[in-house]
Amino acid sequence: MSTSDIAPDARDTALQEKALAERLASLWATPRGILGALSTVDHKIIGRRYIVTAFIFLLLGGVLALAIRIQLARPENRFLGADIYNQVFTVHGSNMMFLFAVPVMEAFGVYLVPLMVGTRNIAFPRLNAFSYWIYLAGGITLWAALALDMGPDIGWFAYVPLSGPQFGAGKRADIWAQMITFTELSALAVAVEIVVTVFKQRAPGMSLDRIPLFVWSMLVTSFLIIMAMPAIMVASTTLILDRLVGTHFYNPAEGGDVLLWQHLFWFFGHPEVYIIFLPAVGMVSSIVTTFARRPIVGYLPLVLALFATGILAFGLWVHHMFVVGLPRVGESFFTASSMAIAVPNGIQIFCWLATLWDGRPQFRTPLLFVVAFIITFVIGGLTGVMVASVPLDTQVHDTYFVVAHFHYVLIGGAVFPLLGAVYYWYPKIVGRMMNERLGRWVVALLFVGFNLTFFPMHILGLIGMPRRVYTYGPEMHWGGLNLFVSLSAVILAVGFVLFFYDAIRSAFSGEIAPENPWGAPTLEWATSSPPPSCNFERIPVVSGSYPLWEEPHALSVATGLRINRRELLVTSISDASPQARESSPRNSIWPFLAAIASTVMLLSSIFSPWAVVWGSVPIAVTLIMWFWPKGTPEDIS
Amino acid sequence: MRSGFKPLLGAVCAFPLSGCIGWQSALSPHGAQSGSLLRLIWLFVVVCAVVWILVIVVLAVALFRRRPIGNEPPLLEPSRESRLNGIIAAATVMTVLVIGTLTLVSFVATRGLDSADENVLTLRMRGFQWWWEITYLDASRPDRIFLSPNEIHVPVGRPVRVRLSADDVIHSFWVPSLAGKKDLIPGRDNAITFTATRPGVYRGQCAEFCGLQHAHMAFLVIAETPQSFEAWRRSQIAEAASPSNDEEKRGQSVFTVKACAACHTVRGTSASGSLGPDLTHVASRRYIASGLLETTRGSLAAWIADPQTLKPGSNMPSVPLSSDELRDVSAYMASLK
Amino acid sequence: MRHRAVLDVSDLPMHGLEAASPTWWGTFGFMLLEGTGFALVIAIYLYLLSLAPQWPIGAQPPRLGPGTILTVILVISIVPNYWILKWARERDLRKVRVGIVVMSLLGIAPIIPRAFEFPALGISWDSNAYGSILWTMLGLHTTHIVTDVADTLVLAALMFTRHGDNPRRFGDVQDNALYWNFVVLTWLPLYICIYWLPRL
Repeated sequence: MSTSDIAPDARDTALQEKALAERLASLWATPRGILGALSTVDHKIIGRRYIVTAFIFLLLGGVLALAIRIQLARPENRFLGADIYNQVFTVHGSNMMFLFAVPVMEAFGVYLVPLMVGTRNIAFPRLNAFSYWIYLAGGITLWAALALDMGPDIGWFAYVPLSGPQFGAGKRADIWAQMITFTELSALAVAVEIVVTVFKQRAPGMSLDRIPLFVWSMLVTSFLIIMAMPAIMVASTTLILDRLVGTHFYNPAEGGDVLLWQHLFWFFGHPEVYIIFLPAVGMVSSIVTTFARRPIVGYLPLVLALFATGILAFGLWVHHMFVVGLPRVGESFFTASSMAIAVPNGIQIFCWLATLWDGRPQFRTPLLFVVAFIITFVIGGLTGVMVASVPLDTQVHDTYFVVAHFHYVLIGGAVFPLLGAVYYWYPKIVGRMMNERLGRWVVALLFVGFNLTFFPMHILGLIGMPRRVYTYGPEMHWGGLNLFVSLSAVILAVGFVLFFYDAIRSAFSGEIAPENPWGAPTLEWATSSPPPSCNFERIPVVSGSYPLWEEPHALSVATGLRINRRELLVTSISDASPQARESSPRNSIWPFLAAIASTVMLLSSIFSPWAVVWGSVPIAVTLIMWFWPKGTPEDIS
Repeated sequence: MRSGFKPLLGAVCAFPLSGCIGWQSALSPHGAQSGSLLRLIWLFVVVCAVVWILVIVVLAVALFRRRPIGNEPPLLEPSRESRLNGIIAAATVMTVLVIGTLTLVSFVATRGLDSADENVLTLRMRGFQWWWEITYLDASRPDRIFLSPNEIHVPVGRPVRVRLSADDVIHSFWVPSLAGKKDLIPGRDNAITFTATRPGVYRGQCAEFCGLQHAHMAFLVIAETPQSFEAWRRSQIAEAASPSNDEEKRGQSVFTVKACAACHTVRGTSASGSLGPDLTHVASRRYIASGLLETTRGSLAAWIADPQTLKPGSNMPSVPLSSDELRDVSAYMASLK
Repeated sequence: MRHRAVLDVSDLPMHGLEAASPTWWGTFGFMLLEGTGFALVIAIYLYLLSLAPQWPIGAQPPRLGPGTILTVILVISIVPNYWILKWARERDLRKVRVGIVVMSLLGIAPIIPRAFEFPALGISWDSNAYGSILWTMLGLHTTHIVTDVADTLVLAALMFTRHGDNPRRFGDVQDNALYWNFVVLTWLPLYICIYWLPRL
């Protein structure tokens, strides 16, 4: 049916189910071809790209981790030299934090939040497209620099003065700082999109107390991003200014201060941990609910715990600075706040345990990942309580104990739930199931490999091994444990390889997934797998927290939307009562071109400050073209 | 997991030359501070282990307890939900109590760490890329001030206060067998106090990433009886030994004429450079190049011949020397006890 | 899954304004984000001030003239900005056209004293940390003025095209006016920091 057949004000009630589906499919479609691919604003396509790109960065970062483990396997090993090693561990850390962990969590938000709240696209879909291209450009920048032996060698934390104009020679530190600008720009854009999507585009009836926990977690995460990431933007910008135009922010000889960097970095850096962890918490809540076959116990405490964690996250950055010699009053405050964050995290664990206890657990791969998560994450949380104590931290700070601790938190606490989430939502995203038998192997290998790799690092730290050393002497007696760790890392690597194998193979030959393969209760399972380009042919209407359990046989929907333009519902913040039939932007090439223009400006500014001036002109042009109305039905109101 | 858990083993080997398990270990305390820190570590480990085991037991029971057959999502009973919420609340209260107690214990432990003492021995330590300059201060007798790069000697039982500063990048002082760590920060002054309780050789290492050779920035703390400490101090205050044979004499003249003297001091000679470590008593120290090599004539020769292979990026340049000159200068260095 | 129609939304408006508009909320999101940036820059200023033995470092306090003229212009601009918000809500195209031209001019006007503000600081960005943070504060705020003026100019052009008479455009005008309020409000603490704290 062509556009001309449809009256301009025709509504979805005018068409039968099948004709409506066809009509909406052509309206929301991404055209084939390279131009279509570059112009799409479909949150599912962009989210999928984000996820795939982030996992490629995980793989690359994992290769660096293995290189580190080969180097450290024996004392005085010569596999990597000092210079390469320092680049490798810096890029490993920066890559895992900025190019993998944060983007992959946001990517799941980009893909899932619109589906879970029952809308047709994310808010500001063009900004979403822009954010992906900027993220990709930042990632390529970092890895190209490493490939050209220009990789940053200053640690992912880039402490001044080592990263400053006097000691950070060449362009290595500038590359790091500009990579930050790229990734934070994209993260901030996505955060605003998710906040507005959750605030304004929830399905009618999805009042605050009916929002799925994963959506809550993405909302809190987005606020954390909005409040925390400006700190690292300010930090990296001032660092570039010090390096490029001779400002003195970090030069103690001219009134600057070295610790200012650490305050700014960790004011971002600690919330960063929760930016990675809170979405994982949301994933765990989703998986536990579905596979315990029971509504979550303690919905309200879980939501409050998310908020408490989010607020406390801003009150404990100084625990990364316990050995810099700050006043004791300050240290005591930050010990107390760092300890206190264990309480909301404890509440979450208790709620999941209670749900599993009272439910009927089905031991599918996603739930196995959750079990692996609880066992390992609790260790990471408890060692977190240890490092929160100032005196104890003076012994373990900057040692392998801390390396062990944060890998327990980040891999145990975030990657295990993330992989569980991949097994859980893969059928929705790809339309095929992943392999259950392989999945069990993946869980087992990762769980065993992870613990064998990282647990001994606690001991290595206590027996004196500092972080970030490219080698150590045989007289230190760290060789045996390090060899054990390196060999265990092979098991961990095999687990990841098997995971990637399963994910790729299942995309081609996995069992075809039905709409709701797990019998899950939330809205993303109320549409086909994978969802049509418009997500829902009719926008769902919700009357409870678990719509597909409460009404298993028919989905309540709204009617009366236009079918000559991309249209979705805007609802009120608290009770999600419908306010308007808003249009959603069409595909556009301009976000891509704006990202190119921004990339040119940001990269050129490493070499000349004037690039900021002339580089803004093409950015302004692309932005104007992006926003200039094109007279499509979407512009009517 | 080897001997990490056997702190006593470290005490057995008192003066190792090629290292010893426990000479750089928080688990082998030989000082007042590290001892109380280890007690704190064990307290936390035990409490955390108990909490972890409780969680795992509950998890195991939750997963595997017998329950009625069925697959449908259950209807919620309000009484059941409120009972579960009550249990969660109780567990939360327990968490708060445990966390509160650990916080208090931590505060108390912090208070005990640096005690003011009249009899304190004060040193100044400056971190450089990548070595440590240690100055023994004496406010009343400036002629008793001397430098001891990369090696600290302390009398057992006497509190030592190290004033820490850095001129290039951030470094961190850490001798785990004696105390926790403290950063050396450009533009800021810090200090750390420790008391060695047993004679021994303890190793310290820079714990803040400081660039290319961060891995090779170690130093030794040698705790000895007050008598041997005083003897050592006297020998260090003395000027360098005079060359005792022709080889050493030739070595001395190579040292003072070639580039060496531009960066290094040997008191009693014309060499008075200050960019690199003071070498007046270099051969009295156990290691050269910040813990990289044990001090022998051979290692001195190797280091002088090719520092950039042994420690790439180090500020020590390769000075072109003939093989004779190299032999002479290393003999001279080895004579500087 | 089978569908059951329970809600008819055909009578809803085709575009929401203010609290019913996603862009309105998006504008607030970006204000929160950039406001955090301003707050951090002020925090850096106060942090450096607290460390310095005397403040300003190696300079006289900035001359008051240009900064105060700019502040007066910005504060005055709040009035027509309030009117344009009102006219946009009333969807009065003619008045909004007048208003947006006025706001364009009032957006460009402060750039002139701003150009004199940098030399009035009495210190260069590369003299010391005090100079660095002053230039950064002023620079950050200047980029906000410039981007908002650019946005206002594009919108002004748009209001005189066939796309102008559209509730969606009135929403854009409102968002733009809100953002201008933000640019004015964030300036006030910066003004106090730059010009008055060194005089205390």
